[in-house]
Amino acid sequence: MIHSLFLINASGDIFLEKHWKSVVSRSVCDYFFEAQERASEPENVPPVIPTPHHYLISVLRHRIYFVAVIQSEVPPLFVIEFLHRVVDTFQDYFGVCTEAAIKDNVVVVYELLEEMLDNGFPLATESNILKELIKPPTILRTMVNTITGLLMLLPLRHSPLRTRNPRLLDDVSFHPCVRFKRWEAERILSFIPPDGNFRLLSYHVSSQNLVAIPVYVKHNITFREGSSQGRFDLTLGPKQTMGKVVESVLVSSQLPRGVLNANLNPSQGTYTFDPVTKLLSWDVGKINPQKLPSLKGTMSLQAGASKPDENPTFNIQFKIQQMAISGLKVNRLDMYGEKYKPFKGIKYMTKAGKFQVRT
Amino acid sequence: AENGEKIDKSEQLSFPEETRPCVIPGCFSARRHDDLKEMLDSNKDSLKLEAMKRIVAMIARGKNASDLFPAVVKNVACKNIEVKKLVYVYLVRYAEEQQDLALLSISTFQRGLKDPNQLIRASALRVLSSIRVTIIVPIMMLAIKEAASDMSPYVRKTAAHAIPKLYSLDPEQKDQLIEVIEKLLADKTTLVAGSVVMAFEEVCPERIDLIHKNYRKLCNLLIDVEEWGQVVIINMLTRYARTQFLNPNINDEDEEKDKKAEAVTMAKRKPYVMDPDHRLLLRNTKPLLQSRNAAVVMAVAQLYFHLAPKAEVGVIAKALVRLLRSHSEVQYVVLQNVATMTIKRRGMFEPYLKSFYIRSTDPTQIKILKLEVLTNLANETNISTILREFQTYIKSMDKDFVAATIQAIGRCATNIGEVRDTCLNGLVQLLSNRDELVVAESVVVIKKLLQMQPEKHSDIIKHMAKLTDNIQVPMARASILWLIGEYCEHVPKIAPDVLRKMAKSFTNEEDIVKLQIINLAAKLYLTNSKQTKLLTQYVLNLAKYDQNYDIRDRARFIRQLIVPTEKSGALSKYAKKLFLALKPAPVLESPFKDRDHFQLGSLSHLLNAKAGGYQELPDWPEAAPDPSVRNVEVKESVRAVGTVTYRDTGALWGLQGPQKMEGSEGLCSALTPTTHCHLPSSESDSASGSESGSEDSRSGSESDESKEASESEEEEEEDLKTKKNKEKPLKKPVQESERYIVLSNSSQQREGEAGFLCTNDPQFRMNSCRSAETVFYKTTQQTSDSPGLFSPQTIAPSSALKSYELLHRITGEGLSVEYCFSRQPFIPDANMVAVQVHFTNNSTSDTKSLHMDDVKLQSGMRVKEFPEIGAWDPEDTATAVMGIDFCDSTQTANFQLCTHTRKFFVSIQPPVGELMRPFFMTENEFKKEQGQLMGMNEITEKLTLDVKCRNEHAIVQKVTTAANLSRVPCGSDKECRFAGRTVTSSSLVLVTVATKDQGAAQLTVNCEKMVIGTMLVKDILLALTQ
Repeated sequence: MIHSLFLINASGDIFLEKHWKSVVSRSVCDYFFEAQERASEPENVPPVIPTPHHYLISVLRHRIYFVAVIQSEVPPLFVIEFLHRVVDTFQDYFGVCTEAAIKDNVVVVYELLEEMLDNGFPLATESNILKELIKPPTILRTMVNTITGLLMLLPLRHSPLRTRNPRLLDDVSFHPCVRFKRWEAERILSFIPPDGNFRLLSYHVSSQNLVAIPVYVKHNITFREGSSQGRFDLTLGPKQTMGKVVESVLVSSQLPRGVLNANLNPSQGTYTFDPVTKLLSWDVGKINPQKLPSLKGTMSLQAGASKPDENPTFNIQFKIQQMAISGLKVNRLDMYGEKYKPFKGIKYMTKAGKFQVRT
Repeated sequence: AENGEKIDKSEQLSFPEETRPCVIPGCFSARRHDDLKEMLDSNKDSLKLEAMKRIVAMIARGKNASDLFPAVVKNVACKNIEVKKLVYVYLVRYAEEQQDLALLSISTFQRGLKDPNQLIRASALRVLSSIRVTIIVPIMMLAIKEAASDMSPYVRKTAAHAIPKLYSLDPEQKDQLIEVIEKLLADKTTLVAGSVVMAFEEVCPERIDLIHKNYRKLCNLLIDVEEWGQVVIINMLTRYARTQFLNPNINDEDEEKDKKAEAVTMAKRKPYVMDPDHRLLLRNTKPLLQSRNAAVVMAVAQLYFHLAPKAEVGVIAKALVRLLRSHSEVQYVVLQNVATMTIKRRGMFEPYLKSFYIRSTDPTQIKILKLEVLTNLANETNISTILREFQTYIKSMDKDFVAATIQAIGRCATNIGEVRDTCLNGLVQLLSNRDELVVAESVVVIKKLLQMQPEKHSDIIKHMAKLTDNIQVPMARASILWLIGEYCEHVPKIAPDVLRKMAKSFTNEEDIVKLQIINLAAKLYLTNSKQTKLLTQYVLNLAKYDQNYDIRDRARFIRQLIVPTEKSGALSKYAKKLFLALKPAPVLESPFKDRDHFQLGSLSHLLNAKAGGYQELPDWPEAAPDPSVRNVEVKESVRAVGTVTYRDTGALWGLQGPQKMEGSEGLCSALTPTTHCHLPSSESDSASGSESGSEDSRSGSESDESKEASESEEEEEEDLKTKKNKEKPLKKPVQESERYIVLSNSSQQREGEAGFLCTNDPQFRMNSCRSAETVFYKTTQQTSDSPGLFSPQTIAPSSALKSYELLHRITGEGLSVEYCFSRQPFIPDANMVAVQVHFTNNSTSDTKSLHMDDVKLQSGMRVKEFPEIGAWDPEDTATAVMGIDFCDSTQTANFQLCTHTRKFFVSIQPPVGELMRPFFMTENEFKKEQGQLMGMNEITEKLTLDVKCRNEHAIVQKVTTAANLSRVPCGSDKECRFAGRTVTSSSLVLVTVATKDQGAAQLTVNCEKMVIGTMLVKDILLALTQ
């Protein structure tokens, strides 16, 4: 399946290669570089690139391209999903997945890649299994035979988790440890947790339960014909947050190309405007419902040029602690098979995904 | 030299302790590696480890470390596991280049293969099989064969992994490897399943026959296989199903093709009945749509797309839409597949229209794919929403995306006539856009749209003619010129002027524009030669000396055609017809049209070109191959299945092997409900294996079973002890099924009479398959006195069958006819209800050649007549069986009963309860199915039970008499549940009777056929209250 893997950094250097079958020359990456040149943005490199003898399937994470070399038919998602799993594993092991971290831990990286694929077919991709085989660098490597360590029996724990309003959930996907039958029959999540952090379930709230978005935006952005000035006025406010604070608010927007500079005045937080990329970014912080944060001022436009006809969109990130705006609640958590009395806690947090406001 | 320099620097950075080597690269590496060699030769493990780490770092960076081979290979037997692991890494990388030296290491691995520790055995095999040295092929072959029968499933998994390695090294080993694959395919552990199917796909994907016997097992294991194995298995099973089952949509597709012929073909063809194995695959893959792994979700989605009946494909939409919230690469692949799907099954994604709206931050390639999907989803009802959305997109800063949006608007306009003018107007407005690319794209699209109704839009053509002064994009200029030429009669004044301007700029134009200028000139010459003769000749003269030979050719060709000379041939007479023929408007098609001839989710589908190693998705067979090839005889204890399941062993990875896990808590938890699924399936196999229902085959399998039972008894006991909550559901149904047997005893004789104990019926297998109940049935069978007489059919008590009168003695002039619904499967056609007809000749004379005639039926209904009954004496009786397909309705079947002298008009109307047959399911399945039949499909009535039927037994009897349903095991004694499927469409019918205090009860019927549901409620209500 996966023949080889090349890691390429933002400046186009191949800084790691691994082959699971015969060695494929790194010159195969030239096709990737060609595609990269054709693409206007780094994320526009096609994930699948056919070359005369191979296919290159790549993902871009943390400004590193993970390029897998394939020789014959294989579901592209299979490779893509696997590459993302590799990145997740690196992140799990080294805290970050950067070129420096990978280079510093090159031996561990190599051992991981060796375990994750055998002859190009995934072998061990679960974090807990890998950690049994290869110790993360932070844990002191003992000279204990890692293999015998594996045979230790882990205490088996069942944790049925009851969610309060299962009708709310429109679409769910599970970690493989969840017993699907139990969920189907009783709407209880029963599972034996693997060690470490893991995502138990992802859910989508059905469209019947319209979730109120906890932030609203008032905007007034105008460009006048013939004038070299534009007006910019943006105010944020909280909505139905049940007294919880909207925090870590960050607004970013790509302003039209005609905008030369922006002279703005934030009521709180700091803003930056990059005149080259035209990227406006405003770090708002918390939203105080009594005193709504605003960003006002003028934009200077290219003299003589006609007014831009595109409207900027705003990407808004935020967090709300101790609240799930979907209304999802964990009803109870039971643990079986353990003798000690565990500490049980649940933390709710709402975090904006890809939230975009068109103007 | 520059390269060498680079190496120097990076080497220096990572190894600052080293002295700077000399400049010549070859020399430097030889000298530099000396210290590494020294370290490897030392006695200290720490030094060796340090050296190996550096070497691995070199390999990782793509540096050549092959000269260290002799020094490294010596350490292959090193005791230190850390060093050993890195030596293995090195060995696998360089063995191919240093074949002779690599052989030195082989003996170490051969020793490792015999190690008592399964992990060492596995790792030895893994490295040995990764060494690509042809000379060791026989050793590898031997090792693989041995490992394939290793007791550790992990070692067997490694053996499966080694198969494709050996195959790529030496394809001549194929036959031997297939034997190993065959052996491993029969393995019952989830750990091996994915890996061996992978090997199958790489070595012998054409050997579909190897799958037959393992098909059901693979389906049942699937949910517990690790994610990557699931993908491979699902893709393989998709192909398998395409060769073994019938197209579930065959009737629908015919409808589309030919509505008239439909009636004829329908009558000829047997109605479609889904093979239970086909259903099994669909049912067992469905839960995997909830996997967190995008590749698994995609695999199931393509399986449903290619294999499921139309009505069921919809479930995949939601899961695919979920994947759109994942990484952009995942989105990219999913959207390509959704784009293909939306062409064939638009309705499926329509509810998710908004999920395809485009964010300004999406990468362009994602935007364009979403646009494609939105365009495919556009129809009369949603087009205004979509166009409004498109309007926003046109203002985007991403110009490639804007161009794609304009194309999309064009496609919507051609596909949906209602909005054509709106779109055209919108596009015309874009002609005054400031961005030239936008204008150019609009021109191209408008040109295509105008071709549909040119006469209505001459003002737009005029408007576009003016654009030639400003617009520079060649494609757009060419489009405008073509338009003017084609419709020059609509713009008679402007056209010659445009040609004049173009003649002036001819030499500076791009080739495509030049060709269109020549075209324009030719067309004008033919329609308006007075004004344009000279201009045309001028243009043709310019073209004659053009650098491009296409243009020179075109000019020569056109001159010969349009300018009459004495030499010009017969063709010039037809010049006008040639140039100004009515041209069909272009069809704006999705580039994803017909891409589904590639298996969805595949690389080939994504590239729209066959990738190496792609296995064609076969067409459905005309007639289904023999389904019995998938039957398996039960030999060994099926309990072993599922003891090692992926999810329960978690980190353990099943490494303990069954022998270590037995009795431990691990085993008990491993016996999740999934284990129960494996049991009945094998039970059903043995049942259907006894085709004729003969005594000996029954007893044969029984002795097997009893052996198996004694084997698994111990295990079961422990199971029950340690897992108390399991005990309850296990015990209860046993009691229940005992009661069933008492009930069915009464009807035994009747069945013997009817002679319908034949088990050669697919429906039968489906019924008996995969329900826990059949297991209980089996256990009670061993204790009861009448083995062999039961078939699972009799579990449904068919106590006294009610007889209905068909022909009264008096009207029949001595011939009296009664009929009853025998509740047996009708062998010639599973979709028919069996009607047993009982004739009594009360007259004094003989009756001869009794037969049916003149059958009058409602549309869709079918009758299988009983064979003619010859002569029979006065006072004699006769019985015959006929089959009627009532189409799941209580319509009457009218026909004539004819004797040699008389004809009688008679009719049969079924009670609704006879339109179904029992269906066995577990409590969980029942609940799940019930959950899906809510709302309109659920009917609930409150009732007060008749005094006589206030106990469970009576309720069961009343309900099963009223309707041909089977009891579903139930944990609560307050509820009785019944399940069945309608005979024609196999729609589920679920009945629940919940009892409360003092005879109060609630009756719930869930059925997607609402009419059936309503009628059934009435009938059961009547039965329970009287």
